[in-house]
Amino acid sequence: MRPLMTRRKMITAGAAAAAAPLLGGCDLQLSDAPQFRWFLDLGQAASLRLQRLLLAGQPLVREYTMADISPDFPPNGTAMPPSPLYRQMMMRGFENWQLTVDGLVRKPLTLTLEDIRAMPARTQITMHNCDEGWSAIGQWTGVQLSRVLAEAELAPEARYVVFYCIDELVRTPDRSGFYYESLDLFDALHPQTILAYGMNGNPLPVRHGAPLRLRVERQVGYKHAKYLNRIEAVERLDRIGKGKGGFWEDRGYQWYAGL
Amino acid sequence: MAVTEQSPAVPVVEASEATPRREVMYRHSAVVRVTHWINALCLALLLMSGLRLFNYHPALYWGNYGYSGVPSFIAIGSVEDAEKDELAGITRIGDWSFVTTGVLGVSADPDGDPAAMAFPNWATLPGGPGLALARDWHFALAWLFALNGAVYLVFGLLSGHFRRDLAPAAGELSPRHILAEVWDHIRLRRPRGEAARHYNVLQKFAYIVVIFVLLPVMVLTGLTMSPAVTAAVPVLFDMFGGRQSARTIHFLVANVLVLFVLVHVVQVVIAGAFNGMRSMITGRYVVKPERGA
Repeated sequence: MRPLMTRRKMITAGAAAAAAPLLGGCDLQLSDAPQFRWFLDLGQAASLRLQRLLLAGQPLVREYTMADISPDFPPNGTAMPPSPLYRQMMMRGFENWQLTVDGLVRKPLTLTLEDIRAMPARTQITMHNCDEGWSAIGQWTGVQLSRVLAEAELAPEARYVVFYCIDELVRTPDRSGFYYESLDLFDALHPQTILAYGMNGNPLPVRHGAPLRLRVERQVGYKHAKYLNRIEAVERLDRIGKGKGGFWEDRGYQWYAGL
Repeated sequence: MAVTEQSPAVPVVEASEATPRREVMYRHSAVVRVTHWINALCLALLLMSGLRLFNYHPALYWGNYGYSGVPSFIAIGSVEDAEKDELAGITRIGDWSFVTTGVLGVSADPDGDPAAMAFPNWATLPGGPGLALARDWHFALAWLFALNGAVYLVFGLLSGHFRRDLAPAAGELSPRHILAEVWDHIRLRRPRGEAARHYNVLQKFAYIVVIFVLLPVMVLTGLTMSPAVTAAVPVLFDMFGGRQSARTIHFLVANVLVLFVLVHVVQVVIAGAFNGMRSMITGRYVVKPERGA
């Protein structure tokens, strides 16, 4: 919570808000002021609605050829999870790693990497768009999330799928800094939404989220959670983390990131 | 919102019979005035939030992919001068590099100390770190800009504003006429009499290019950066040569728009700042008589 405003601060803030459009370099507090929040939220809601309308037929994103793959693919976020447990799993080729699928499902699953590799695979060469502005093209191999969820038999109340990660991006005493993400079923069940274990013909590299990461091709980079170890089907997001549906979402980022 | 060919304003006759008539005309309809100012506000804030977004990856590429390590043709960065222990801002366009310390690449942080950032805090929204906030502002403003633009376009078509005020009249397109207008512009001559009642042909060209080319290109290149929109409309990639090309065009056209606004404001000042501002706020515009009329 912010400290209570003094009268002088209120007057200053009011005058500043009135003059906002005229100011160069609107300061951080002003551009983040609650009186503008409805406008920003309206923009977010409008974008989600319009894009859902545009994507009603569930089109696929453009897929590229091997020749289009970019020479490099920058990793973002964690490049090497710091935990000793992860290091130990990595040494053993992730043979003791497991993915839990639980929550609002009729048949909770515990899958090894071997189990996941044995499922029907999808390989796609797609463009990765970072919200910072850069983009790269890579080939991903994995299982469609829809297949895993079908095997676990989603309950009818399930509306969202939450992805929990091994990596603790911010280390805090209350352990609230673990990466996580969430999708609603519209994106979770899309044919190109896959749990990828392969990249550019090789096993998924550690810096890109080994042994398993999410690819959700119609949204920007931070939605593509890496280092997965649990998938939970839920009805609502407000009881998970700080309630906004993801590590970055809890820190002010947009939950829907199709733009 | 009927806009008549002739001004509804009553011509005002000056006190002296000897001086020619000084006429007040109704120049801009309410829709044009309101959409103009909403547009101006949107473009200013879109620019500022766009510069903040650019700061998170201050390099421009061509094609579909682009990231640190891929050759860029415009980049704003900084280098550390080890001897002097100072940061220097470097702006590179192709093979040409310029030291732009203080404005581009390196500028003052809130404590006044030099810090590495592409565009300075005073030019951006928010005026400091805040990628999520900049995205929120940029996209919410893009909605307002697009809706406002749509209102203007529909009005312009239906009311005859485009046909009457923007389409060059017969005779205006002759080389002789255009050259004469260029000469008037060079001499910074203020329009008077009949010439002041409508836009001149260079002004029409500029407005047509901004309204029907540059602003639509900004919208389309912006949409090309959205992975959801391009899933639905992949032809956007082909229109602009790829995702990074679209980003580059978006940036360059934004620069052209800034240039347009600068020229536009200078022209308003030359033609009479008070009269011009009044006409875009109240609609009323004073037409000065032609010399010797």
